[in-house]
Amino acid sequence: MPHLEVSDVRARYGSLEVLSGVSFTVDRGEVVALVGPSGSGKSTVLRLLVGLLPPSGGTVRVAGEPVDYRRAAMVRAVRDRMAIVFQQYNLFQNMDVLKNVTLAPVRIKGRDRREVEDLARRLLDRVGLGDKLHAYPDELSGGQQQRVAIARALAMQPEILLLDEVTSALDPELVNEVLEVIRDLAREGMTMILVSHEMAFVREIADRVVMMDKGSVVEEGPPAEILDNPRTARARDFFGKILRH
Amino acid sequence: MDRIIAQLPRFFSERNLILLLESAGLTLAMTALGCLIGFFLALVLVYLRKTPGLWALPLRLVCVAYVEVFRRIPFLVIVYLVLFFIQTVIRDASLFTVAVIAICLYATAYTAEIIRAGLESVPQQQIDAATAMNLGRFRTTLWVVLPQSMPVIVPPSVAFAVGFIKDTALVSQVGVFELTFRGKELNNQGFSAVLVFGTIAFVYFLMSWPLSLYGQYLETRLAAPRSQRRPRKIRQS
Amino acid sequence: MNYTFQFGVVWRDFPYLLDGALLTFQIGLLAFWGGALIGLVLAAFKTFGPRPVRWLVDAYVVFLTNTPALIQIYFLYYGLAEFRIRWSGEFCLLLGLTLNAGAYLTMIMRAGFLSVRRTEMEAGEVMGMSRLQQVRYVVAPHIAKTIYPALANFFIVILVMGTSVGAIIGVNELTGQAITRASFNYRWLEYFTVVAGMYVVLTFIASIGLALFGRWAFRVKARVF
Repeated sequence: MPHLEVSDVRARYGSLEVLSGVSFTVDRGEVVALVGPSGSGKSTVLRLLVGLLPPSGGTVRVAGEPVDYRRAAMVRAVRDRMAIVFQQYNLFQNMDVLKNVTLAPVRIKGRDRREVEDLARRLLDRVGLGDKLHAYPDELSGGQQQRVAIARALAMQPEILLLDEVTSALDPELVNEVLEVIRDLAREGMTMILVSHEMAFVREIADRVVMMDKGSVVEEGPPAEILDNPRTARARDFFGKILRH
Repeated sequence: MDRIIAQLPRFFSERNLILLLESAGLTLAMTALGCLIGFFLALVLVYLRKTPGLWALPLRLVCVAYVEVFRRIPFLVIVYLVLFFIQTVIRDASLFTVAVIAICLYATAYTAEIIRAGLESVPQQQIDAATAMNLGRFRTTLWVVLPQSMPVIVPPSVAFAVGFIKDTALVSQVGVFELTFRGKELNNQGFSAVLVFGTIAFVYFLMSWPLSLYGQYLETRLAAPRSQRRPRKIRQS
Repeated sequence: MNYTFQFGVVWRDFPYLLDGALLTFQIGLLAFWGGALIGLVLAAFKTFGPRPVRWLVDAYVVFLTNTPALIQIYFLYYGLAEFRIRWSGEFCLLLGLTLNAGAYLTMIMRAGFLSVRRTEMEAGEVMGMSRLQQVRYVVAPHIAKTIYPALANFFIVILVMGTSVGAIIGVNELTGQAITRASFNYRWLEYFTVVAGMYVVLTFIASIGLALFGRWAFRVKARVF
């Protein structure tokens, strides 16, 4: 049984349908990459999964159980199992690094503060920021902020980590430090869904690639297959453009 | 002119100076109290105004109507309304209470607009991040949005309160022993109006000007990014 | 609370209240235009004048914006009487409000002057405009558009907060009428409730008019709410 099962999910902003029937699955320990042109709805899928955008149809199952996004308690339960990292990091500007990482586990999940702080220190050490515990976000570079954001998501101890174009807002020389962290997580068997434009990275890290266009899935399969021998014209066109760069 | 000069020593008697000082204190006290309570009520008002969902539509409408109506009624009319309304409810309500309630009603409407603009200045992504971490609307507002919007909210709120010190002169009309009321009293005792109201104007000026300069200072200081505002404390752990 | 509202007398006095509303509107309008004129001249002095003139403008603005309008009007009404200058309450209110508005409008106009960018004038110059044409077609529209929302907002402030001060020196504008009429029959709550409603209607009409005018003249989106 797949750990996450998205089937025929739809969503709309007002009268504009942004997802028109999206289906894919994610197994435990698997890394799935969502790729596709901008506006194809990749990020929308992630926002929908954590309950930032209500679906207008279809079902999402986590560990076999369907999620009713209209029920607040259920949405909260889903957010307990998934954590999201945003393109713009979205660290809380009014809190230092340690507070950013420990806030939700301590104040929302009610875990022991000392325990969480120990965990936070370990996580921040691991992303190479053990010396920045008391820095504020605006004192950090984009790459550092994004690594804090990843640590913050991991501190929630999620079953699935959602990464939304986490390197798109970074200067090229800062991209690698973030990718390194993700690579590490993949090696440890973290279940991840990542939206990315870094095709070389996707090829290296993803177990499966889901190609989206105009709000629906065009093709899916192992990276070698999808990236090198796309079956559909739409995918050939897209990868042809991207890989030529 | 001669009359004014002749009155000078008698006017600036110890008794009158203490009287003026006390009433100036009362002016400041009721402004500060009214605006402070008004600030907190405005926070509640704006929070309620942002309640999502169809069921909350009447609530939102009431909040909008409150702000719109009270910003369009003269303060003097509000003072009279509060005075006569309170007297029908509580016979012996003090005039100071009446003044503070009137200021509070008015300040709530004005600061609500300031606070709303402040809260809306915080990027939606910050709220998204908090929501995705299960913070909920109340905690997101309290822990994330409000602290970040304070630099936008505080300076104009202070400016409003400082500006309102002058406007409280109107409550002299219902007999609160504040600065303007004492001025009229002294004028009725036969002191020259030029002397009395000149002095009163000067006392208002002494309260208002330094505070408004402080408000401007606050604005430039809070506008600076946090890393330049906070004294650098480098703690390694 | 055992108070029964009786609005009957208020409706009978409604024509008086309408007169008051008219006076409120007239004084508000006159004080605003007078103040705008003062503001325009002083802002120009402040921007282009020699140093002592700039100081004088600063002193005027700082003193009038940091003292109550009521005290300024008392000064005109009671103070000048000692020098045998006796003006009616209406005139003192109008003059006081105009001078007071002049100080605030100087600040608003000055902000408008400062918002003019050199490059815009240069663009006009490149197009072969004379200095006067640059002011007429580039600078003035820019300033007008920039400060219009602040001006519209201030007009409402004068109309409501400003004119009602007159009630205290016995001017029968809207608030004054309410006090005068209510002191005959002690129906204070009723009078002031109705008058409050009239202020809301009056300012809404003004707001909508200003928003429409702003949209038509400067293509600014002045908010009614």
